[in-house]
Amino acid sequence: MAGRRVVVVGASMGGLRAAEQLRAAGWTGGITVVGDEPHMPYNRPPLSKDVLAGDVTHAAVAFRPRTSCADVDWRLGEAVTGVDLEARRVRLAGGSSLSYAGLVVATGLRARRLGCPGPAVGRHVVRTLDDARRLRDALGPGRRVVIVGAGFIGCEVAATARLLGAEVTVVAPEAEPMYRPLGAELGAALRRRHTARGVRFELGRTVERLTGEGHVTGVVLDDGRTLAADAVVEAIGAVPNTEWLAGNSLDLTDGVRCDAALRVESRPDVVAVGDVARFANPRYDDVPRRVEHWSIPTDTARHAARTLAAHLSDTAPPAAPFAPLPGFWSDQYEDRLQSYGAPALGATDIRLLEGTWTTACAVGYHRDDTLVGVVSLTPGSHPLSTKYRSRLD
Amino acid sequence: MKVIVDMDRCQDHGQCVFSAPEVFRINDAGRLEFVAEPDDTLRDAVEDAADVCPLQAITIED
Repeated sequence: MAGRRVVVVGASMGGLRAAEQLRAAGWTGGITVVGDEPHMPYNRPPLSKDVLAGDVTHAAVAFRPRTSCADVDWRLGEAVTGVDLEARRVRLAGGSSLSYAGLVVATGLRARRLGCPGPAVGRHVVRTLDDARRLRDALGPGRRVVIVGAGFIGCEVAATARLLGAEVTVVAPEAEPMYRPLGAELGAALRRRHTARGVRFELGRTVERLTGEGHVTGVVLDDGRTLAADAVVEAIGAVPNTEWLAGNSLDLTDGVRCDAALRVESRPDVVAVGDVARFANPRYDDVPRRVEHWSIPTDTARHAARTLAAHLSDTAPPAAPFAPLPGFWSDQYEDRLQSYGAPALGATDIRLLEGTWTTACAVGYHRDDTLVGVVSLTPGSHPLSTKYRSRLD
Repeated sequence: MKVIVDMDRCQDHGQCVFSAPEVFRINDAGRLEFVAEPDDTLRDAVEDAADVCPLQAITIED
């Protein structure tokens, strides 16, 4: 082998950012990025919005890799099937293998699927560009769309589908949409906005089965009613892609467990980036969590690449622990949700900081009387939460 | 270093302002303003700003 190499497994945003940040951290050896999708890394937030609403190409959503990554070896459309962490060797689906000096786990998540019985055709998820294109063809005026799940993806797809004229029903077990990250009050505010646009909600309900011969025709709820459906969108969360790491005595119960430097179970030559990484954020507590925010691949890659580059060059890793300020946004109709901090940790003490629930509002989430998260729901693109962000530092 | 922002893409998220406040700011009208040719000492901050733009509207040319 000519020189030492870092293998990045996963060619989404996290894999790209890892490669870029390895170069930024001074790593001059080889970098190979392996991913099972055929596409170069692309930006996912448009998948539930612009890609569904129009004829968006891969080029329009593709990231532009930094020039420092011109010599990165991209192995696209190739799945990694396994790894031997002792031998430092990754196995590919085609039967070949890649040895490495350092490994970056960047395999992210895949959409969780409904476990209930029913036909296979007419069921959709929104995780990849190809998923979104398939769903786009199923949306349109008068099409009956049942969305299972009222989180980010479910709510954003509901908004886009309504804008396209579809008849939309959202089914979810929670009392309000986006209940878990936001709480009841803001969830209700969001629901009223959707309802005003014609979205129907079946909350506190679960799906028993799907009907149809070959193609989905309906969704049977746990109260026995059937909702007619031309398309079903399964927006019930995501599952970490960690099967390829099995056999290495790792704790893979929910992603990969990382230390404060983002090393996987403190192995010096393996780091993890993106939403597959489970790490404690010392801003809040010592509980390791996966974080599915758009900002996380970039934040984790910056830190993990420094850690790995330092190990490979026998220098000191970053002194400070990884402690990102979380943040997310969601655009639905002309409203923008913008969050900073960790609102879910302050869900038992929610206070309206500014505005009203029906127009524009900024909402504070407190733990032990301390502000731990701020979320605003604001028409247009100027979130009220922005000015509270500095209070979270 | 030259900073280019695709204003057709920009949706005023303002994340670039947090990464590189010396280069990006949201003006009183709520629109993005930026220094087109910032000093090279700000390169890391500007690269961070380009990374965190949700619309990926920022490019850097040398």
